[in-house]
Amino acid sequence: MALVAVRVGVVVFPGTNCEHDVAEALVELGAEAQLVWHGSASLDALDAVVLPGGFAHGDYLRPGAIARFSPVMAGVREYAAGGGPVVGICNGFQVLTEAHLLPGALQKNKGLTFLCRMTELEVTSDRSALTAGVELGRRLLVPVNHFEGNYTAGPATLRRLEDEGRVVLRYVDNPNGSVHDIAGICNEGGNVVGLMPHPERASHELLGSTDGLVLLRALLAWAGARLEPAGRG
Amino acid sequence: MNGSLHRELGLTDEEAVSIERILGRGPNHLELAMYAVMWSEHCSYKSSRVHLRRLPTEGPGVLVGPGENAGVIDAGDGIAVAIRIESHNHPSAIEPYQGAATGVGGIIRDIFTMGARPIALMDPLRFGPPTDARNRWVASGVVSGISGYGNAVGVPTVGGELEFGSCYAGNPLVNVLCCGLLPKDRLVLGRAGGVGNLAVLLGSTTGRDGIGGVSVLASAAFTDDPDAEASKRPNVQVGDPFEEKRLIEATLELLDKHLVVGIQDLGGAGLTCATSETASRGGVGMDVDVEAVPLREPGLAPYEVMTSESQERMLAIITPEALSSVLDVCQRWEVRASVVGKVTATGRLRVLKGWDGEVLADVPAASLHEDAPVCYRPMRPPARLLDGDGMATNGGVPTPPPPTSEADVAHDLLSLLADPSWAFGQYDHQLFRNTVVAPGADAALLRLSAPGVRAPSGSPARGIALSTDGNPRWCAVDPRAGTRLIVAESALNVACTGATPVALVNCLNFGNPEHAEVMWQFSEAIDGMAEACTGLGIPVVGGNVSFYNESRGTDIDPTPVVGTLGLVDRLRPGTPTPALTDRSTVLLLGPSSVSLAGSRWVAECPGSQAGGALAELDLELHSRLLELLAALVNERLVDGVHDVSDGGLGVALAEMAVKSGTGFRVSGITGLAELFGEGPSRVLISVPPANVQLITDRAGAAGVPTAALGTAGGDRLIVEGLLDLSLAEAEAAWKGALPTVFSAP
Repeated sequence: MALVAVRVGVVVFPGTNCEHDVAEALVELGAEAQLVWHGSASLDALDAVVLPGGFAHGDYLRPGAIARFSPVMAGVREYAAGGGPVVGICNGFQVLTEAHLLPGALQKNKGLTFLCRMTELEVTSDRSALTAGVELGRRLLVPVNHFEGNYTAGPATLRRLEDEGRVVLRYVDNPNGSVHDIAGICNEGGNVVGLMPHPERASHELLGSTDGLVLLRALLAWAGARLEPAGRG
Repeated sequence: MNGSLHRELGLTDEEAVSIERILGRGPNHLELAMYAVMWSEHCSYKSSRVHLRRLPTEGPGVLVGPGENAGVIDAGDGIAVAIRIESHNHPSAIEPYQGAATGVGGIIRDIFTMGARPIALMDPLRFGPPTDARNRWVASGVVSGISGYGNAVGVPTVGGELEFGSCYAGNPLVNVLCCGLLPKDRLVLGRAGGVGNLAVLLGSTTGRDGIGGVSVLASAAFTDDPDAEASKRPNVQVGDPFEEKRLIEATLELLDKHLVVGIQDLGGAGLTCATSETASRGGVGMDVDVEAVPLREPGLAPYEVMTSESQERMLAIITPEALSSVLDVCQRWEVRASVVGKVTATGRLRVLKGWDGEVLADVPAASLHEDAPVCYRPMRPPARLLDGDGMATNGGVPTPPPPTSEADVAHDLLSLLADPSWAFGQYDHQLFRNTVVAPGADAALLRLSAPGVRAPSGSPARGIALSTDGNPRWCAVDPRAGTRLIVAESALNVACTGATPVALVNCLNFGNPEHAEVMWQFSEAIDGMAEACTGLGIPVVGGNVSFYNESRGTDIDPTPVVGTLGLVDRLRPGTPTPALTDRSTVLLLGPSSVSLAGSRWVAECPGSQAGGALAELDLELHSRLLELLAALVNERLVDGVHDVSDGGLGVALAEMAVKSGTGFRVSGITGLAELFGEGPSRVLISVPPANVQLITDRAGAAGVPTAALGTAGGDRLIVEGLLDLSLAEAEAAWKGALPTVFSAP
């Protein structure tokens, strides 16, 4: 069977800045990546969608608070409801929580400063589009880069996340005060994932770590598996 | 002359007379305001121009030298590098967050104005001692401002400097360097051409922020009166990184689509500068309609519109046919675009109230630049440097270090260690997947790559190295020799990553140019820079002069800062950093001669005193060292490398130890002068024992001295007979220094 390249849409809001990095890292893994402007509402031809990092709409008011109203988010909501894989990285995670596609919220780091540094992550669930097939307990070196990365949620939500195996990644040495050391979570279906660390920044041997590729490859595999029965047609 | 108005605007009586002569009549208020900003020290370089001409500015790779918005270097593979550095000292002293933020915004605009995608920022910062609460407020505010603006605008901050000194207490130095990449054929210059073309103002609205910032703030000294300084706060502009981010994307798209003839950012002196500069560079004139300028608030007077320094604005010169396409691109990026000017054949800059309305100002466009006064200010060496013949000398006798115990040496060493990641950790330093060597090493090393600017596929990954360097202590002892050492150190820093230095930009921070000693320092520094750059074959492609860095009548120590750009032909994983590897041999490459004059130990450790001459720089030896070191690094013959700079061997060894968690035992360092003394052309390398002979032979062939100091390993920092300190204690001191002092209330 000829390999079909997975088509990933990378959403660009005004103020997004990691779109090229994510697209480039995915292309290096054999995917096709296309930038999707926030004004377009249709995501039909895509096999996966990434909301990359940056400062959508300047992060004014609150990170993600304005971006959730961009036309593209209606498309993302529909796409996710249909089971399509959606990954929000950093600012993308913030947008997904503001849009209520993921529970909880990201508040300011406990030290009240921006943090840009390498972190060690532990894979704590393999039931998400970003970690399917990855060995539980595996440690990954992936950097963070955020001011509002301190994940929080109410006790009932936290219990559900934990009970349902939806805490996908945890910090080994919590940098920002996140509750339960949470670095990434997923929705009930596992197809919508949000994480604060940037896998695309740990994707080349010149950059000090290639561990982010473990996650990006898992995403492409998940997206590819959905294509296989019928192909893309 | 109409009374004292010109003096209030910062013009001298002589300058007012010149304006009258140029116009053939008395200027009106608006015209006077336009000359005042354009002839300010900040915009006109009137005190420095006669000296700057002595710098070498040409080299084989130089595409654009000083005088444009940024210098541009040919990096090969069809890629060019744009680079520039600027100061934002005075605004940062008054309003640290916004001062630093708008400094970042301004330097980024200089880079994308050239058609380059900005890919890296560096921030050399100097503050008063952090033991003082106000200095901490300034330093924290500046770092937050860089973080808040630079991160959000989407340009990584990959390095810089963080230094403290008592002379900066009233007048911090906030210098900002930006570097960008462009396809060589996208290079654009800031000039208008083609009579009938349109000047389109892009970006933010125009408000009252920053009126006269260049003349009232940047070209005058601070006084003793806190109320007077606080009252200057409205002269500081306010930054909006989101506006700038959209402006970057819109501008680069306009340039990619070949929709503009010329483009110029609006910085100091606002619209007056951008319109007159593009017109005079293009040899044309321009009509500007003040009523067409979108305002932030109603009721701005024409002089406010023409001199406002509101941020995030660009002026694009386009053909009338391109207008609708330009407006389309701007609309997509939600960037405001308004036709505010028309290119004319008259050579005059006219400010109009409505296209067919009243003429509010009418001056020769070029006169705002080319006729700016040139000052030959008096120069005099400081009295302490004058000997009987009236010749400048490095007088004074080296102070013999006092006898001391191992505990005292350890105490001194610990007090000189500080991990700058307190600042760097707040900056996004990884965006664009380029950062190979992150902040905190001798130089930043990046892939030569940017969105839309890639090398041809299949070509090896190439790199650029960046280092910023200044040393006020050396320059206080001897501005000429000190500046030579700074250039040498900066070149050595980029060589530590395997790069060949190819260009340099300077940010010349000095005191009040009306003081003859300051002008002497400035002139000496220029000569020192010219000597070192010529000797090392590094052209100066741009710069910035910041005078009037004084407060309460005291000038800062002369602080020329240089930013050096280096190129690496082939990047490979595992670039050595300042680190030790267990059981490796620690070698010193370079001469043994050092001096305590101007050293950090002398400045910071109590009980010692300044004096003496700086160690001599041998430019030929230094050139050979640069080449040798880059080769050893690129061939991966060394595991770790670190330039020996301020703090001498002691600090360099300790930094390598704490950064790698590996101790050392060295010998042959006999006293404090050898441990903490500073001298040029010295670099520590950590070498696998099997490579020692090869490296010694290679160094011998290159005529570079080597000395085996000892071995890396263990959990102690041992200098036989002088120091025995636990690694844990050194690590704690290094990591804790800044967080501890900055957590004080």
